Amino acid sequence: MSPVDARPATPAPGAYRISRSGIDATVGTIVFAAAAVVLALAPWWDADAGLRTKLIPILLYLSLAQMWNLLAGFAGLVSVGQQMFVGVGMYALLSFAEDQGLDPYLSVPLCGLVAVLLSVPVAALAFRLKAGYFAIGTWVIAEVVRLFVNEWGYLGGGTVRGLTPATLGSYSKATRQDVTFWLALALAVGATLVVVAVLRSRVGLALRAVRDSESGARGLGVDATRTKVLVWLIAAFWTGCTGAVILLNTTSTRSDSAFSVSQWTALVIFVVVIGGVGSTTGPIFGVIVYFALDQLLDNADTWRFIVLGTIAALFAVVAPTGLYGLIQKWKPLQFFPVRRTLVARQPQ
Amino acid sequence: MVWVNALVQGLLLGGLFALFATGLSLAFGVMKFVNLAHGDLAILGAFLAVSTTATLDISPWLALLVVVPVMAALGYLLQRYFFNYTIGDNPLPSILVTFGLGVVIQNALLERYSADSRGLDAGSVETASIKLTDGISIGWLPLIVLLVAVGVLVGLQLFVSRTRLGRAFRATSDDPVTARLMGVNDRNVYAVVMAIAFATVAVAGVFLGIRQTFGPSDGPAQLLVGFEAVVIGGLGSLWGTLLGGAIIGVAQTVGNQVDVETGWLSGPLLGHLIFLLVLVFKPNGLLGRSRRTS
Repeated sequence: MSPVDARPATPAPGAYRISRSGIDATVGTIVFAAAAVVLALAPWWDADAGLRTKLIPILLYLSLAQMWNLLAGFAGLVSVGQQMFVGVGMYALLSFAEDQGLDPYLSVPLCGLVAVLLSVPVAALAFRLKAGYFAIGTWVIAEVVRLFVNEWGYLGGGTVRGLTPATLGSYSKATRQDVTFWLALALAVGATLVVVAVLRSRVGLALRAVRDSESGARGLGVDATRTKVLVWLIAAFWTGCTGAVILLNTTSTRSDSAFSVSQWTALVIFVVVIGGVGSTTGPIFGVIVYFALDQLLDNADTWRFIVLGTIAALFAVVAPTGLYGLIQKWKPLQFFPVRRTLVARQPQ
Repeated sequence: MVWVNALVQGLLLGGLFALFATGLSLAFGVMKFVNLAHGDLAILGAFLAVSTTATLDISPWLALLVVVPVMAALGYLLQRYFFNYTIGDNPLPSILVTFGLGVVIQNALLERYSADSRGLDAGSVETASIKLTDGISIGWLPLIVLLVAVGVLVGLQLFVSRTRLGRAFRATSDDPVTARLMGVNDRNVYAVVMAIAFATVAVAGVFLGIRQTFGPSDGPAQLLVGFEAVVIGGLGSLWGTLLGGAIIGVAQTVGNQVDVETGWLSGPLLGHLIFLLVLVFKPNGLLGRSRRTS
């Protein structure tokens, strides 16, 4: 027990201020914004869509990765069941566009809402489990959802279903290409901004307090469960919307690939672990590595999983904070203004 | 009668599931380590048995004498020189590393053995059975599997409660720091625990391979079943694990029977749903003590 008078004297009011930005975060934000603008103009400088068709999956992975990182890296919710929200987003879009006759592009946010509807009972069940058991629990529930979709004839059972020319016919091929690319870009940029906004808010402060010491945070009056549920719902919405756009890009699916754990969760986890769990920049580094490796491996599916899985497993043991963490060891840079630091004011 | 038969076959199947669950339960009990590659390791064991039987031209039963020590050694080394670095207050690294390992094993098996389904041929014992009544007979193979599962659980229970190393297991589980002060090498304890976990899951994998065909991507299904048996039985209770395995086993055979009769539902789906029901009404499991808050 430390004597009370050993504590440092309380600083005079106004001696410090809280800063959330610095030159590094300002530069990071400008680079990010510039990249977003350049990419948004891609239809004009990449007219044959050669690069865009490669970029769409990468952008969609970034969206998924930001959301998984928000859950696992900041809220301690290590989900291995995110494929259920991707799959539900895909099937929701199929159902809205094909069965209900809604516009496929305008239905995307509705698909996110369907994912949110699913995420509420899932949270009620899975939040009873902690850490590793939470991970397997979410996996079980995702399996249940997949098996239900398999059985449910209305959605097409286990067979291939897709968007038909009748549904897509009102748009030209070029328009479809442009809109799908912009949607993917909006999801990726939006996911990053949403995570940054959450972390800058009171919720973000509460999240990191809970992550570092749940009992300590509860003692200070943080409602840990409410905070986690809120983040869970945000991630479900965004993941569901991403699933819908994945379907717009591929135009067809079947239940086994829509709810694939390796495609929509394993690769996402590897991307985040390599880039850096628990940092907003980590997923961006991760997808860049993924993109580079994918070019090298020439789309060989099994080798992609073997190489990325091995690298991720090594990172998890040797450098648990990923590439971002390695940069931090060299210099404590932050590329988005999310960290609060105390700055001494200049004496008057 | 078909329903009674489903019940009997389910109880027998439960033995296999309990064997899948044993290693998970032990690793979690001693070091709070959740191995997401557990199911893939079972399938790895089964494929090792495929190669062993083919190379040495022996039966799968004899192949166990090769596969089990190899897997135990692999478990010891992986834990001692790799997983141990992830043990700590933060569960994230251990989840990530085992999940990554599982995906790597799956795809490496796919590369090496292709996606074709395989089986292990154990000869006439696979079809031999004891006829009880007209509709019900007990296969020798499921009976042997159940007896082995019970044997493993009893042996493990005795080992943990009666031996010096078992005492070190319990001490490390209760308080690793104090155990270390008393001269227990906790890193070695963790490695031995993982060796036992790998050995039991290898046995389970080989039995699975004798019972039915299997492929490289069947691992996660075994992980989920084992995990459900652990949670239904109650964390840290070895007998609960046997009960949990039996419940999932019965749920699967009954679910398959429903599928046959009505064309709806399936074995795995009913198993998962029963698990979720237990999670709602008995979150600590059927035989689990309420968890201490530490």
